[in-house]
Amino acid sequence: MKDVELKMLERAKQLLESGEVARVIGWKKGEFYFDPAPASFETVEELGDFVYNGFCGANLSKYLIQASKKEGKTAIFLKPCDSYSFNQLVKEHRIVRENIHVIAIECQGKLDIEKIKAQGISAVTEVEEEGESVTVSSLYGETKLNKAEILLGKCASCKGKTHQVKDEEIILHEMPAPINNRFDEVAKLEAMTEDERFAFWREQLQKCIRCNACRNVCPACSCVKCVFDNPASGIEAKANDDKFEEQLFHIIRAFHVAGRCTDCGECSRVCPQNIPLHLLNRKFIKDIDGLYGEFQAGETDNGKTPLTSYTESDVEPNNALGGEAK
Amino acid sequence: MQRIGVFICWCGSNIAATVDVKKVAETIKSEPGVVYSENYQYMCSENGQQLIKQAIKEHNLTGIVVGSCSPRMHEATFRKTAEAAGLNPYMVEIANIREHCSWIHKDMDEATEKAIVLVRTAIAKVKLNAPLQAGESPVVKRALVIGGGIAGIQAALDIADAGFEVDIVEKNATIGGRMAQLDKTFPTLDCSACILTPKMVDCAQHEKIDILSYSEVEEVKGFVGNFNVKIRRKARYVDETKCTGCKICMEKCPSKKGLNTFNMGLNNRPAIHIPFAQAIPNVAVIDPEQCIKLKTGKCGICQKFCGAGAIDYEQKDTFVEREYGAIVVATGFKPIALDNFNEYGYAENKDVITSLELERLMNAAGPTDGVLLRPSDGKHPKVITFIQCVGSRDTSGCGKPYCSKICCMYTAKHAMLIREKYPDTEVHVFYIDVRTPGKNYDEFYRRAVEQYGVDYIKGMVGKVYNENGKLMVQGSNLIDNEQITIESDLVVLATAIEPEPSIRKVATLLTASIDTNNFLTESHAKLRPVESPTAGVYLAGVCQGPKDIPETVSQASACAAKVIGLLAKDKLKTNPCVAVPDEMMCNGCSQCANVCAYGAITYVDKEFRLGGGKTEIRRVASVNPAVCQGCGACTVTCPSGTMDLKGFSSKQIMSEVEAICKK
Amino acid sequence: MQEVTTKKKEFTPNIVAFCCNWCSYAGADLAGSSRLSYPANVKIIRVPCSCRVNPTFVLKAFQQGADGVILCGCHPGDCHYVTGNYYTRRRMALLFNFLNYMGIEKERTRVEWVSAAEGQRFSAVMNDFVKTITELGENKRLTDLRVKEGE
Repeated sequence: MKDVELKMLERAKQLLESGEVARVIGWKKGEFYFDPAPASFETVEELGDFVYNGFCGANLSKYLIQASKKEGKTAIFLKPCDSYSFNQLVKEHRIVRENIHVIAIECQGKLDIEKIKAQGISAVTEVEEEGESVTVSSLYGETKLNKAEILLGKCASCKGKTHQVKDEEIILHEMPAPINNRFDEVAKLEAMTEDERFAFWREQLQKCIRCNACRNVCPACSCVKCVFDNPASGIEAKANDDKFEEQLFHIIRAFHVAGRCTDCGECSRVCPQNIPLHLLNRKFIKDIDGLYGEFQAGETDNGKTPLTSYTESDVEPNNALGGEAK
Repeated sequence: MQRIGVFICWCGSNIAATVDVKKVAETIKSEPGVVYSENYQYMCSENGQQLIKQAIKEHNLTGIVVGSCSPRMHEATFRKTAEAAGLNPYMVEIANIREHCSWIHKDMDEATEKAIVLVRTAIAKVKLNAPLQAGESPVVKRALVIGGGIAGIQAALDIADAGFEVDIVEKNATIGGRMAQLDKTFPTLDCSACILTPKMVDCAQHEKIDILSYSEVEEVKGFVGNFNVKIRRKARYVDETKCTGCKICMEKCPSKKGLNTFNMGLNNRPAIHIPFAQAIPNVAVIDPEQCIKLKTGKCGICQKFCGAGAIDYEQKDTFVEREYGAIVVATGFKPIALDNFNEYGYAENKDVITSLELERLMNAAGPTDGVLLRPSDGKHPKVITFIQCVGSRDTSGCGKPYCSKICCMYTAKHAMLIREKYPDTEVHVFYIDVRTPGKNYDEFYRRAVEQYGVDYIKGMVGKVYNENGKLMVQGSNLIDNEQITIESDLVVLATAIEPEPSIRKVATLLTASIDTNNFLTESHAKLRPVESPTAGVYLAGVCQGPKDIPETVSQASACAAKVIGLLAKDKLKTNPCVAVPDEMMCNGCSQCANVCAYGAITYVDKEFRLGGGKTEIRRVASVNPAVCQGCGACTVTCPSGTMDLKGFSSKQIMSEVEAICKK
Repeated sequence: MQEVTTKKKEFTPNIVAFCCNWCSYAGADLAGSSRLSYPANVKIIRVPCSCRVNPTFVLKAFQQGADGVILCGCHPGDCHYVTGNYYTRRRMALLFNFLNYMGIEKERTRVEWVSAAEGQRFSAVMNDFVKTITELGENKRLTDLRVKEGE
């Protein structure tokens, strides 16, 4: 992974020095090894903080909404899954493709610090990835862990290692094949009774503190003004004092991103309350696939979404339950 | 501060019998924002409207709610009332306490309670109404008539006579329709062709009428006053401008075994043909399924003989696009298929025929040159039995639940004509009821019975079967209460009629609503019988419901009057209840345009001030109010709620929801 | 006295019906003029097209204490606005499925196509829906506690 990081850094320097781009969007070092943060680098000096390691799970594409409007080109490092969001943003005219230089980068699956902590390891200083295993160094020594167990939720059900868009690539090693299990959890919920599902979601959603982290990180939630902040909508955000408000917020959010959500999993990754928000979006994805044919948002940067198209023989809503066309 | 006035109508006893109108008006008085609440016997009456006008002026009302019949009935009336009193017409809401309340509930308390909720809901909405101004759109002074039967012909002639351009689009090779196939017409026994063909010729010669025969409507865009229609001109393989109608091609064509559809398949016609002698346009057409040249590439005889050089085997379908202000639908009917009626033996016995087939057998231009000869052996039938209501008034699911309306009369006509021409023929008619409403209709039927001695038998036929070359018609005679069997030479089935199947496509293209029997729905069953609910679309003839020629012609002329009234205007008021984006919030994501059926949404780059002297150029949605029809599809597609619908805003609907749910 | 108490306890659901102006609202009018009754607890909101119905309206209705929500529009293919109800069909299929996934009883939400000529059908649909919701009981899952407190 270190070699990938070096190559990226080298390329970023080149691009900035040559003036080909005015800025590079990547990750910079955080306070700790495990908390790198998205950042925009405008000078070679600033690149001193540049980092790309196992904890760079953040999807950078949304930062382009602002960056691509600025003067000069913006270079961005995109992991395979982030490239779907990129396309979706182009499709919705939220970013200006001509102003962007996409560098497709390798991703071996990103790690979840919470899962490492749960293994009893704290004060992580470095992580060395070797295929299926990971050596975690901390102030208290080294531990070897099974990588599959400490992957971010979204990486544990990785949907693909193919970049949907790129101007160049930095891929030095073979990437593991995608794991096609992303609907398993949804199916598990579907198999429950209505009462059980209601209990599950009530327990999950009542944890919501309406911090809007999910909304802020979501590349599909890119509205200039959110409907929940729009007084004309009749549902503008209200005091967080009833369970209904959370249900409403999350149902509407999921509905609004239906057909547009690329399943990047950022919502769940950033939720401070660990609500499995991706299970809401994935339900829509699963139903769309089942009812209207497989559709992956962000596979292309043009065309209609399943909710802005139709066929004359679409399933009737009253018969659609279960998400499979009859 | 809102000052709302509420007006509760009794509608005579229609509302007042089940809704305590006084209680409703009284209860509503305490609603916040309501400054006036009254009840009156007929709000739509002159006096009722006067009461509203006065209240608006005296109480300075900012909005009114009328609790009355359906807004589909009188919303326009009360809007005008408001406008006359100086209130914006869109500050009016109707609480439907008749169709949705008094007429469907019996319990007074229950109905009154519901009426109060409905009025409260309308109040909640009207408080959020905004004054709206109707825009204007120009009117294209040209009409389209779909279907060239008698309905289409009459409508076109009337519109053209008023000085407007009319196009008739007819899917067959000639205009004339079903009426051209008829022999005589009731109740006067005029020769059908004699009264129809002059009208066909008038159409052809009228400088304002353009006949697009062998053509079909392919696409319809736009709206009242501004329809844009794409018409497919099917390849007829004959140059319409060159063909002289000399018919030499018909003589020489070696492929003569095509079913003559004009004669209901009772005889054959060549692959290249003119459907009938008086066809308009008098131009040949080649049936590509039957033409040897088109199928195998070898032949070309008609081309060799055509002196005018009109034959063109290479002809392809072409398309024309035209603009129209109004559209008349006159797509007509066909007899139903008799697959579900095996008991009458239609499929097995050549001598069991439909009434329309009989018309051709009686017609001088028909397959038997007007001599009534039965199809099986060409002999004169001596005993003829008619069976009425074949597939009509049938609730079993095999046929049609409705009365086809014309069968009683044409059967009487057939019986009479046969008895007149062949007095030695015995004629029996099985009937359920004989329905003869209409001027001189019952007299006509009575002549058949009394003067011509037609044997009318009240009863249904159970079975028709062939026994030694005779058709045995087994039925009941309800008057004598006995089962009878009539040995017949010919059996005529008065077959139910149904809308021409192409109506489904036409209805979809025009977004004209259709009922369960595929008849087009009129705007109001009694008061707007020739208007479709889709503005600018009018209905003539059987496409709207079963009817005979006089009724069809009246309806066609009524349509023409409506069309002329529309085309006489230079501009139309447009519906102001259209979508409107809040540019400040729009992302320009372009999802809304994806669902707009009218192409009313475009995107523009606009400069926005960001504060601090900075500006930003953003792509935002823009709605063309003249094109937007106000469906609201975009409003739901828009995730941020940027797109809203005037007159049906999210907040208005939310407030209605709240008012209904509030306990 | 006895009777009053039982009457009070009897559950009568509150039903919100969104009807498109051109078909279903007209169908409801026809039901009315044909005197085809259905329970008074069905209240109709007129919208230009079923595609005007935002999921937020449906949720708002439940929040405010509705026990069932039904959307009625023109039959697919007959939409006055050409394609509006096709979008409704997809939106509501997905939304209602989703609500069920959240544990909301699937019977509480329904979409029916009712033409302007189907007064009979409108009445039958509403009678059936009220019956279904009455059997299902009160909506307790997708409701705002603050609204219910007012009772």
